[in-house]
Amino acid sequence: MTLSKFDTGENPLLEVTNLSYSYGDTLALDDVSFSVQPGEIFGLLGPNGGGKTTLFKILSTLFRIQTGDVHIMGKSIQQYSLAARSALGVVFQNPGLDRNLTVKENLKHHGHLLGMRGAELAEASESALQRLGVTDRTNDRVDTLSGGLARRVELAKGLLNKPPLLLLDEPSTGLDPGARLDLWRYLKDLRNEQGTTVILTTHLMEEAESCDRLAIIDHGRFVAIGTPQGLRSRVGERILSLRCEDPEGFAAVVSREYKVQPVIVEGRLRLENISPESLIPRLLLDHGDKILGLSMERPTLADVFVHETGHTFWKSEQGVDPS
Amino acid sequence: MNRLLPVYTLALREVVRFVRQKNRVFGALAQPVLFWIIFGAGLSASFTPGDSAGQGYNEYFYPGTVVLVILFTSIFATISIIEDRNEGFLQGVLVAPVSIGSVVAGKVAGTTILALMQGGIMLALAPIAGLPLDLAQVAAAMLVLTFIAVALTGVGISIAWNMSSTQGFHAIMTAFLMPMWFLSGAFFPANGLPSWLAAALAINPLTYGLAAFRYALYEPGSPALAHLPSLPVSAAALGLFALGSVAMATALARRRPAGPDS
Repeated sequence: MTLSKFDTGENPLLEVTNLSYSYGDTLALDDVSFSVQPGEIFGLLGPNGGGKTTLFKILSTLFRIQTGDVHIMGKSIQQYSLAARSALGVVFQNPGLDRNLTVKENLKHHGHLLGMRGAELAEASESALQRLGVTDRTNDRVDTLSGGLARRVELAKGLLNKPPLLLLDEPSTGLDPGARLDLWRYLKDLRNEQGTTVILTTHLMEEAESCDRLAIIDHGRFVAIGTPQGLRSRVGERILSLRCEDPEGFAAVVSREYKVQPVIVEGRLRLENISPESLIPRLLLDHGDKILGLSMERPTLADVFVHETGHTFWKSEQGVDPS
Repeated sequence: MNRLLPVYTLALREVVRFVRQKNRVFGALAQPVLFWIIFGAGLSASFTPGDSAGQGYNEYFYPGTVVLVILFTSIFATISIIEDRNEGFLQGVLVAPVSIGSVVAGKVAGTTILALMQGGIMLALAPIAGLPLDLAQVAAAMLVLTFIAVALTGVGISIAWNMSSTQGFHAIMTAFLMPMWFLSGAFFPANGLPSWLAAALAINPLTYGLAAFRYALYEPGSPALAHLPSLPVSAAALGLFALGSVAMATALARRRPAGPDS
């Protein structure tokens, strides 16, 4: 069965219902449900080990569904796995090219697997490489390309048959900041020109900010889902963070005197949904001796994560991005 | 969709990859040939041909060497599945709209072509072993080697598919695949063996592959064919071996396991 037989109709492009997945006794995904509309750029944000890679592998049909279901364009991927696959472009986090083959050969073999051949394939290959600006390396072997260039070829491979749904696992891994910007410009072009729907996993806050909507995953559960703006508004306009010697004791005092509920995160008091203009002067006047440090920020998605989970995104480190 | 297109493209990729990895070409051919030269020279003094009169060890060991070339080719080609699946081209193949049967068929076809390319080179050396072959013998030998290559590639895929590291494959190669070759009649004939060893040879499917290969190389009734299973038994067992191992590989690959979250 081919793509054209899909009934897109009123259905969302992707619908996930009550999806759970476990490795032996370890529950990696816990009753996850969400849907993605055509043309959305949808992000799955979460720390490594939070379950987003498992979800990615199920969506890309690499893992079998254990419980729940996934529908792509109205069809269950369990019943129509080959048809679902022809609607997908997948770019894995790990390199997915054959390093012994040239760029062109990689695309040729992939095209054959998608049922493309001859002039149609040559044209699709040429136009995908052109879009990503790698036409001058077409006949070079992949092991001679830089990491960033190879990544672009991976993307060209994923887009070869202009799939309606593009799945990207940590697409920015190994890309320098300039290449990241190019990638995002490219994804938005694709969406605007071809209506491509994009689902991507990321552990980078700045990348999540660029998505139309995103889901925050922690311990296999969706803890929040919405637009980046909508998610930020859950924690108010400002966040106040206090450093003090006795966080528990001071939290009780603050809670009693100012009618706010501070949470303690990594030894600091966090106050959300407050009006800092009136609170900060009072805090300093009443308890200036107990406060060792004070900072106020506009909430970021990292704050949303803390708000929803009660712990920081990087449990041990402070927002250092290793990639 | 054309069902043969994915099989063709995966087989072609296998061949192109192989030709570009010079060390693999060298490894698959050089080690068996070295074995042949060293063991042939070392053991020919102590080898008593028994009934197979006139046959030196060089000649006796030659068919086993060719089968070893096929075995190594299958191992090298299937071991790559392990890395290729987590980091490489195979990831994309597994999410492409092709059946797993086509994926296995592509791997088997590609590897068999490689095995025959090298088996062909080895057959050209037959006169050195004292075995001048005519065209019909070469054709029969290639046919038998095809079945052996298909069977061993099926075994290799079955082992590699669920394996998470290449070390595990090496362990199985040492503990299972090499003994399978040692105990196939490649190294020593079946006559005059202790009964447990004779039994091991009898249940080893590769014994019948090697026997079929010897039937292809010699005139009927040649003393070199003494102590072998009969030709019909050998041919039937080899056919079943090839069919069974590919069926097992396909079944294992279809049952895609819940792999670790990498």
